[in-house]
Amino acid sequence: MMRTYLPSLASGLLFGAGLALGGMTDPARIRGFLDIFGAWDPTLAFVMGGAVLVMAMAWRFVPRMTKPIFAQAFALPERSDLTPQLVTGAALFGIGWGLAGLCPGPGFAILAIAPLQAVVFLVSLIAGMALHRVMFKG
Amino acid sequence: MLPGFPDASPVDGLAGGVLIGLAGALLLLGAGRIVGVSGIASRAVGLSSQGMSKRSAWLFLVGLPLGAAVVATLKGGLNPEFVSLPLLAVAGVLVGFGARLGSGCTSGHGVCGVSRFSQRSIVATLTFMASGIATVAVIGAVG
Repeated sequence: MMRTYLPSLASGLLFGAGLALGGMTDPARIRGFLDIFGAWDPTLAFVMGGAVLVMAMAWRFVPRMTKPIFAQAFALPERSDLTPQLVTGAALFGIGWGLAGLCPGPGFAILAIAPLQAVVFLVSLIAGMALHRVMFKG
Repeated sequence: MLPGFPDASPVDGLAGGVLIGLAGALLLLGAGRIVGVSGIASRAVGLSSQGMSKRSAWLFLVGLPLGAAVVATLKGGLNPEFVSLPLLAVAGVLVGFGARLGSGCTSGHGVCGVSRFSQRSIVATLTFMASGIATVAVIGAVG
């Protein structure tokens, strides 16, 4: 039992700590990164760079493993088709990201730092997800 | 710290990024899954039946603020600057809707997908970076 839940909790803890350490719990930093025509703050590029570097190494282990350490099988996205939905969704996501300086990870991470802002953002985040479900999944 | 960019924190940024990468590596090699926060969130609230178990999804989400709180305590507090609550609400809907329509967010596409050289994730990441940059530029120009 514990073996299946431990990776999720530990991963969430590490992820939240990384977001806070990297300054990603401060919307001003995210908007500063997107403000390339103004006072550009490149910090987010270092965060992304560090994360992508470690993950790129992790991906190299996957083909050599028959199964994950604590689970029966890998369950990974395999799609490779470029669709209008992918681009439209990412474009809308980016507008919201730029408006608030928040995406889902930091939205949850700030629950402990700024609960009011976190709850307002997260309730509307889930409302947006529910709207998508109603519109596209019936 | 970084010449020409007085506000940047490259060392903390890189260290934070490495922690996020380790979080992704742990879930990938431990549980065989992608760290995609939008997918995990929709799984937790029952809007998606794909992905990890509901309990695992909740545990991951609970870990996020706990991990952030530990760092905030060690750093002697963080001072985030937020936009107004109505703007946060509008942005939240766009981020939630867009992440589901586009099959992922900054973590799933930007970190996990890009590091795997996924064509879909690279396109999604370039798209949301471009629209985010455009949004901030328009706000800057309008007022």
